[in-house]
Amino acid sequence: MLFDALFLQLGYNASLVAIGAGFLGIAAGVTGTFLYLRKQALLSDAISHATLPGVGLAFVLMALVGGSGRFLPGLLLGAALSAGIGLLCVSALTRRTRLSEDSAIGAVLSVFFGFGIVILTVIQTMSTGRQAGLESFLLGSTAGMLFNDAVVIAAGGALTLLAVLLFRRPMGLVAFDPEYAAARGFNVARIDLVIMTLALAVTVVGLKIVGLILVVAMLIIPPVAARFWSDRMEVVALLSGLFGGLSGWAGAAISATAPALPTGPIIVLVCFGLFVLSLFLAPGRGLLAALTRHLRFQRRVHLRQGLLALAQGQPIYERLTLRLLRRAGLARADGVATDEGRARAAKALRDEKRWELVRSDPDFAAAALSYDGLAGIETVLTVDQIAEIDNRIGAPREVTS
Amino acid sequence: MSGAEFVPLSLPPLLIGILAAVACALPGNFLVLRKQALIGDAISHVVLPGIVVAFLVTGTVGAGPMMLGAMGSSVVAVGLIEAIRRLGRIEPGAAMGVTFTAMFAAGVLLLEQSDTSSVHLDVEHALYGNLESLIWLDAVGWQSLLDPVALAGLPPELPRIGLTCLFVIAFTSILWRPLKISTFDEGFAATAGMPTTLIGLALVIVAALTAVAAFDAVGSIIVIAMFICPPAAARLMTNRLETQIGWSVVFAVLSAALGYVLAGYGPLWLGRDNAVSAAGMIATVSGAILALAALFGPCRTRTGAPAS
Amino acid sequence: MSVELAANMGTVPEVEALDHSPLAVRGLTVSYGQKPAVFSVDMTIQPGSMTAIIGPNGAGKSTLLKAALGIIKPLSGQVFCFGKPLAQLRDRIAYVPQRASVDWDFPTRAIDVVLMGLYRELGLLRMVRPAHRERAMACLDRVGMADFADRQIGQLSGGQQQRVFLARALAQDADLYLLDEPFAGVDAATEKAIIHVLSHLRRNGKTVVAVHHDLATVRDYFDRVFIINTRKVAEGSVETAFTEDTLQIAYGGRLATGQIDQLGLVVG
Repeated sequence: MLFDALFLQLGYNASLVAIGAGFLGIAAGVTGTFLYLRKQALLSDAISHATLPGVGLAFVLMALVGGSGRFLPGLLLGAALSAGIGLLCVSALTRRTRLSEDSAIGAVLSVFFGFGIVILTVIQTMSTGRQAGLESFLLGSTAGMLFNDAVVIAAGGALTLLAVLLFRRPMGLVAFDPEYAAARGFNVARIDLVIMTLALAVTVVGLKIVGLILVVAMLIIPPVAARFWSDRMEVVALLSGLFGGLSGWAGAAISATAPALPTGPIIVLVCFGLFVLSLFLAPGRGLLAALTRHLRFQRRVHLRQGLLALAQGQPIYERLTLRLLRRAGLARADGVATDEGRARAAKALRDEKRWELVRSDPDFAAAALSYDGLAGIETVLTVDQIAEIDNRIGAPREVTS
Repeated sequence: MSGAEFVPLSLPPLLIGILAAVACALPGNFLVLRKQALIGDAISHVVLPGIVVAFLVTGTVGAGPMMLGAMGSSVVAVGLIEAIRRLGRIEPGAAMGVTFTAMFAAGVLLLEQSDTSSVHLDVEHALYGNLESLIWLDAVGWQSLLDPVALAGLPPELPRIGLTCLFVIAFTSILWRPLKISTFDEGFAATAGMPTTLIGLALVIVAALTAVAAFDAVGSIIVIAMFICPPAAARLMTNRLETQIGWSVVFAVLSAALGYVLAGYGPLWLGRDNAVSAAGMIATVSGAILALAALFGPCRTRTGAPAS
Repeated sequence: MSVELAANMGTVPEVEALDHSPLAVRGLTVSYGQKPAVFSVDMTIQPGSMTAIIGPNGAGKSTLLKAALGIIKPLSGQVFCFGKPLAQLRDRIAYVPQRASVDWDFPTRAIDVVLMGLYRELGLLRMVRPAHRERAMACLDRVGMADFADRQIGQLSGGQQQRVFLARALAQDADLYLLDEPFAGVDAATEKAIIHVLSHLRRNGKTVVAVHHDLATVRDYFDRVFIINTRKVAEGSVETAFTEDTLQIAYGGRLATGQIDQLGLVVG
């Protein structure tokens, strides 16, 4: 069953929805990367909640002029308009008043959502409103979706993806370094507007599948997960699109296999699964890698510090330092150096002296940059250079302690 | 309107709305100043998985287990946000977004998977509560306020939110100085011996507790709105924290009272006979107040550079 | 590690130095990620001295100060205040943070900021009495800011904000004053006012430590220096430690010979 679903064997509508969700996921992942890099991830939360009054008002309007209130493109247009107004409110509040962006986002999302709820209760009292089913926009629902709606979603997803691919270069430039982009003659405000518009498009198209409460996850989680794997923006955007597309497609497919598997939450949970994998396993920024690196680094610092203390006959206050020295066979339990410890300490102290000279001499400016208190001098200088430095320092002195 | 109608039908929901609004607005002041306004948003989302799990474990929708479940999931969420932020070196907004959407999704999935048809537990209820249904059937008029038998029949949400409100007031006044100092200048607070991390955590936990108690009665939409809108509007009225707190309480009370009245009677005045969602209306009114403050508030513009 | 153990391991002068010093750090290492900002630093502040912590940008000056105060967690190292762990003697230390570290839009007035300095006395619940207010006003007066007591802090100029911070430290009535770049971005009048207050403190037997970036004024303002560039470069009186040699080590080639000449140093 799941296999069938993943390979689009579950009927025409379900397949269209899975394809649409896949496109949408890619578009969301890539757009989300730029939002994330602009540190505006939660702006999408305001966008999505602000769609609700638009959906409601569009329904009322369409019902009043005698049409079917459930006409999906009309509802989505309303959603886009009110989300746009919400964005303008956020920007007005942060620019014109002293409120910070998080307050503005929270205010807009709660007030628009509250107003949307008011309109929904109005609709419930309308004669045509009883079966409006607008609640499905809260959590998304693909069950019993009309063919036309599925086409709208698939086409919307594809169009959004196309627009994202078209604008990826200027968006990347602005996300990375807005001032440089401005200096190069890009209109940063306009490109920011493009990013917002795309986020809005993703949100609106995703409303019917994922629902307005969870659609933000498609914009936030994939870039955060992708960020763990690479420090290069292009790679992050690409991976993020991949994660988003994968979770959209797989989530929609999985949810089509059984009735009690709502599409939105499944897509979000697949996405979250990818995030958890990235958080733990990614090389470099992942937790496991970072933890082992930190422990190794801490050991190096303590050992080095311990050796320098031994060399200068200073007491060692840190227990961890002492334990590491003892385990390496460099010191005895009472803090007195062993023979090997003395030799290593002398070398450490001598390296310090050499470093001191390297760092005070402009001729070695390049080498001095790699100083971190830990690196052996031989890692940055040639044997000849070291010999020359030693000459200037004078003969090594015996360390006694 | 006569007391015979007002006291049983409107007084309890009105009081509950006001108390919930004030309980949220008080910690909201500090959340807004600490740029953590969206913590309220995150908490109100993760309450759902908490109550669903509590229901699945106990099999009932009793207030006690639900509160415990919601409390537990709030603490889990806050811990998860901190962990993702620190361990993954991810900016707080994104860490929050990842956490609350994933937990909310898990809550919805659990809810759909379990059989809750026998009990009143659904997402819509979680979002906009049932303020209108919290009526006091034992009351016959104003005199019932002095009648112990009738008082025993008050909706249990009222004493619960009342106690929460008292607790929040006590928390804010006892920890007033540490809260204020550590919000303004964390480095200085630490050197003066204040446990700044603990204070920050306590604030978030109190916010979570308030969110859970208020959520039980009024739904999450009011909770988010009241955490942010009254304090944000108050922020635009004054340059003194003490005064700001005062304004935020005034705005919270005003939003709750006006919103409730408009939701109940507004449609009647417009010639329609069905009330609209009180929770939604209260949030809308708080937004209108914020809009007015943003346009006309005496201290609406920035005076100094934000912290770098 | 306990203080007793440290004492057992240290020599007698070391123990005495720790006991007398209002602030001493031993083996302090702080790192951001994989790069130590401060590496294995020992520092002993002399009681009653006025010490400048100097070094090039990014040399770890502020980091050293913050780690010594326990605001950031060091990777290793110990901090002593009169030979005791810092936590026991917090009320003898006043700290003036960098101006950029707080939100100047915060809803509070100059006088409220100074009253924060009385937190140790006021505790959680004690009322602010007229006597407290008078003391806070007196502190504002000492930095020449009494006329601005009721201003919201964001409405003050950079120099005035710095003076309010200093007034808050004065209100703490501490023995040791730690200042992070007190003269950064302030006007000449403020610089004069601050240095006047600091000299006054020192005459009354207090100890002052300041992160300082202007080498030209070190000689006029301070009597001791602590020169750092990730590692300690030199520590001592201005006459012995503030020399061309030590500056050359700390600043590398970044300090032109001409600049050094202007400092009027003893060429070592």
